[in-house]
Amino acid sequence: MIEVKNIIKTFDGVPALQDISAVFETGKVNMIIGQSGSGKTVLMKCIIGLHQIDSGCIEYDGRNLPKMKPQEILMLRREVGMLFQGAALFDSMTVLENVMYPLEMFAHESKEEIRERAYFCLRRVNLEERSYDLYPSEISGGMQKRVGIARAIALRPKYLFCDEPNSGLDPLTSMIIDDLIYEITHEFNITTIINSHDMNSVMEIGEKIIYIEKGVKAWEGTKDEIFDAENESFNNFVFASKLFKQLKMLKQNPY
Amino acid sequence: MNLFQETGKYFLLMKRVFVQPDRSKMFFRQFPKELDKLGLQSLPIVLIISVFIGAIMTIQTKLNTENPLLPTYSTGLVTRDTLLLEFSSTIMCLILAGKVGSNIASEIGTMRITEQIDALEIMGVNSANYLILPKIVAFVVMMPFLVIFSMAVGLIGGYLVGVFSDVITVADYLLGIQYAFNPFYVFYAMVKSLVFAFIISSVSSYYGYYAYGGALEVGKASTNAVVNSSILILFFNLLITNVMLG
Ligand SMILES: Nc1ncnc2c1ncn2[C@@H]1O[C@H](COP(=O)(O)OP(=O)(O)OP(=O)(O)O)[C@@H](O)[C@H]1O
Ligand SMILES: [Mg+2]
Repeated sequence: MIEVKNIIKTFDGVPALQDISAVFETGKVNMIIGQSGSGKTVLMKCIIGLHQIDSGCIEYDGRNLPKMKPQEILMLRREVGMLFQGAALFDSMTVLENVMYPLEMFAHESKEEIRERAYFCLRRVNLEERSYDLYPSEISGGMQKRVGIARAIALRPKYLFCDEPNSGLDPLTSMIIDDLIYEITHEFNITTIINSHDMNSVMEIGEKIIYIEKGVKAWEGTKDEIFDAENESFNNFVFASKLFKQLKMLKQNPY
Repeated sequence: MNLFQETGKYFLLMKRVFVQPDRSKMFFRQFPKELDKLGLQSLPIVLIISVFIGAIMTIQTKLNTENPLLPTYSTGLVTRDTLLLEFSSTIMCLILAGKVGSNIASEIGTMRITEQIDALEIMGVNSANYLILPKIVAFVVMMPFLVIFSMAVGLIGGYLVGVFSDVITVADYLLGIQYAFNPFYVFYAMVKSLVFAFIISSVSSYYGYYAYGGALEVGKASTNAVVNSSILILFFNLLITNVMLG
């Protein structure tokens, strides 16, 4: 479980996050949603510690990140996996080398076991063996995301962060990636946090949803509660799509 | 950001760079790659430029000192000392600042904007150490060889003038480049090359590492890297020359 309390973050005096508190539950897919520029990526990077927060608490199962010593942060990082918005694969390494990299850096295992584990992770994200020796520039965006997931889970993380896992992907591929993240979360009991502005994936896999607007948490709930939400800006966001508008009408007048 | 802040940020980065690597195995995997990319792959440009400058310098020195009172070895001597003191050790480094500096800054800058550096940090890797240390060490190791290579090839350039034209005789030239040779000049050139190699690789890494934004900013970072390492090279050239020869 990750709990954040009263996070404030500014960039050169411009507020990016204002007093955000939330709980992200273990073994569940927690989603942070909001418009482009609302501060999703900044919030995620603050939780991981890539951005220093101005004030507030970030607790990883009771361990407060802002108060940790550099050495403790390094140890915590090894329990964290992250899928970046653009996959962020190392472009001087092949697919297989990308997944082996964190293992070679930190796992105290033999070369054989490391290879074994990398193969397991790559197979788990349904990548075929013939792509393992290709470079990131030689594979499609959807495949890059899968390699990104494989690399993120290589060290058996307790916490998984995904920044817009399906941006730039077609609906079918997005769904496959979403399902993959959902399955992995439940299979390995990981605390997963996903940034997204795609309502389809929210309805598909979101178990706990936090909506932020201009750096403020404006709504929070489960996907069943979405249709009864009172918050206006949240409703504008959700029902921007005609499909969801019709769904809501259907739900309110079933006959 | 003002000069003091930038300088402070640079030294803070260097503090993160110069620590024991997390895994020395990873350092020694990167190191030979950098030796090749920054060192060996710079040989062709050093070769071409040095040979031509050596030849041109010989011709011009000869033509500009057409004076029967000057001894015949003077052309070779002037060419040699100019190569040793200034061309191979400073001008060559300025040219390499363009080639190697932009290479380093754009490589690291691209890794920054595509979040590859964040990905390293997330894994708990000291990205500054992992990415920058092999580059600095490799370039500092290679630079003296590049400079000596440039001196040798420059001298050969002058020799070719003797062979293929009648501007100067081979005998006069060979006498000149051996006359009153001062080995301290080579030492002085080596000291400069080590300092300049450090400046080029560390300053360029700094600009790449702190690139922020998109492809445009990577371009700016690499321009800044080249311009500022060139200025620093000229400044330290003055300083070292004053201390060692002044
Ligand atoms: N390093 C930074 N320095 C200054 N401002 C920043 C920085 N990173 C983000 N911001 C600002 O913070 C705000 C939120 O940006 P953020 O990237 O979190 O948006 P987002 O919700 O992830 O959007 P998107 O869906 O487009 O990815 C933006 O106004 C952005 O300009
Ligand atoms: Mg974002």
